[in-house]
Amino acid sequence: MTYLTRSPWILHYDASSCNGCDIEVLACLTPLYDVERFGILNTGNPKHSDIFVVTGGVNEQNREVIKNIYEQIPDPKVVVAVGICATSGGVFRECYNIMGGIDRIIPVDVYVPGCAARPESIIDGIVKALGILEEKRARMRQPDTGKKATGGETV
Amino acid sequence: MSRQIVMPFGPQHPVLPEPIHLDLVLEDETVVDAIPSIGYIHRGLETLVTKREFPEYVYIAERTCGICSFIHGMTYCQGIEQVMDLEVPPRAHYLRTIWSEYSRIHSHLLWLGLFADSMGFENLFMNSWRLREFVLDVLEETTGGRVIQGSCKVGGVRRDISNGKLTAMAADLAGFEQKLSDLADVFLHDDSVKSRLVGVGNLSKTDAYDTGAVGPTGRGSGVAIDMRMTGYAAYGDLGFEPVVEKGGDCYARCAVRVRELFSSVEIIRMAIERIPDGEIEVKVKGNPEGEYFSRAEQPRGELVHYVKGDGTKHLVRSRIRTPTLTNVPPLVKMLQGCELADVPVIVLSIDPCIGCMER
Amino acid sequence: MKIEEQTTTEIEVANLIGKVQAYRSGGYRLVQVTCSKVGDLFEINYSFEKDLRFENVRIIIDPDTEVPSISGMYWGAFVYENEMHDLFGVQVKGMNVDFHGNFIRTAVPYPFRTQVFKGEGPCHDRS
Repeated sequence: MTYLTRSPWILHYDASSCNGCDIEVLACLTPLYDVERFGILNTGNPKHSDIFVVTGGVNEQNREVIKNIYEQIPDPKVVVAVGICATSGGVFRECYNIMGGIDRIIPVDVYVPGCAARPESIIDGIVKALGILEEKRARMRQPDTGKKATGGETV
Repeated sequence: MSRQIVMPFGPQHPVLPEPIHLDLVLEDETVVDAIPSIGYIHRGLETLVTKREFPEYVYIAERTCGICSFIHGMTYCQGIEQVMDLEVPPRAHYLRTIWSEYSRIHSHLLWLGLFADSMGFENLFMNSWRLREFVLDVLEETTGGRVIQGSCKVGGVRRDISNGKLTAMAADLAGFEQKLSDLADVFLHDDSVKSRLVGVGNLSKTDAYDTGAVGPTGRGSGVAIDMRMTGYAAYGDLGFEPVVEKGGDCYARCAVRVRELFSSVEIIRMAIERIPDGEIEVKVKGNPEGEYFSRAEQPRGELVHYVKGDGTKHLVRSRIRTPTLTNVPPLVKMLQGCELADVPVIVLSIDPCIGCMER
Repeated sequence: MKIEEQTTTEIEVANLIGKVQAYRSGGYRLVQVTCSKVGDLFEINYSFEKDLRFENVRIIIDPDTEVPSISGMYWGAFVYENEMHDLFGVQVKGMNVDFHGNFIRTAVPYPFRTQVFKGEGPCHDRS
């Protein structure tokens, strides 16, 4: 991808992360990495967003919250699971309050591994997500094809 | 008298990077009472202590919180070392001190950025986070990790920093300190910042002490409690004076953290100057039997890791009492009587770390 | 080398309030309250500090014994007592702010009372 034709907006939700991945997602938006120069914005409103970035594993309290947010994001949408906890539950997978990775409750398109995931790989994951977003958009334009494709790419 | 209404604040709120929920009891625009409730990111990691061997649990302890991860790991290791009577080599103590202080600078800059954001001062937010990258680069060069370092272990540290690198780090601090003073100048003297902070979220010294405020939250109200005074790691050798402000408002808490940035730079400089040569770890034999309340100063305040072993590889209990949990009652006190529009700034002024608090 | 001296005194539940009141009048700060499960019994530690002197009071109770709240003397103790109730199921009598089990909402009630884990064996063996 040499240039971006759209400005995808991101919604970030902290499921049960230790903050490590959260601050790295935030670091992507600040001067050193600065994804805003690509038109990528962090928004607080699900209805404004295209890409759903989740950090941390799902716990029993927030599964409904995550589902709710996911439903509210307009199609086409892409889910990026950032960090190993969002991917599989990570070191906390045996804790009684953790259900596991995000893919237990919503379809995930891109997995970004790492503990904590580095900003470079998060940006890489978002760029991958953009490609998937375009594919989904193209598919939506053609009638008779399912619009909820579930990918599963690992950066 | 006007009617009282209850307004929920959180768990998702634009200024909160993490979920916490407060029920605010309002009379017009004034907050009469605040009732906190947590549990959105509770993991229950303390139970893992019975699943992991005690040297392995360091990784879990570190991942209590991604912001002050090094200090969590260190406090846990310190607890085990005290139980097992391990004599950690002095060089390891100094390295721990250096990494702790770099973590503190990184955490305070992160907080200053978020705090500026809560005031609606975006430019200052970006500038704080740009400066923070300098610290993360140092941490990455010396430990391999940006936010989770994994360099502490029971009995010492996992890797050494060469003396050449230490000298280079000390040399870089001068330029960094200059940039810090430029940033500090805005936080301490800018009129628009002051107008948002001075006199907001008052906490008297008595209230702070009685409700158990720790760290900058307590020190901003004149309570001189700083665990570094106990002289753990190398703080005993280096000598330490806590930073105290008397204002008791958001401005005072901000000023404590700004001044701590410079005191941390000073501690790093001293530690690099005096670091002894030698081993960086001792061999660990046997299993911990006994208990200890290991205390250390996190960027947010006093951290307590209680460890209790029964002579097996698995500890009986690990309990992590994080500063944010202790700072919740003072926060409730601060919120009583404030204006609704000031709530975000006051909540952030205790530097809440929910990931830590809920474990 | 010990960093600091820590003393622990074991007392009866009935003497708890009097002891805590003595600390309060002595100007001590409440550091923390911890419950631990040791065998079938619960050990509750109340830690206090004044001028870097760390003192610890311990009661050992049966899981079903009711414990008096110290929140009348230390206002901020409600966070620990609610936590103790939510995680261990310890009944605390007379808390100033009682969340009735909603302070920390957990998937299973009183998870630290009988510890449960998900999955056994190494990570790749995940169910």
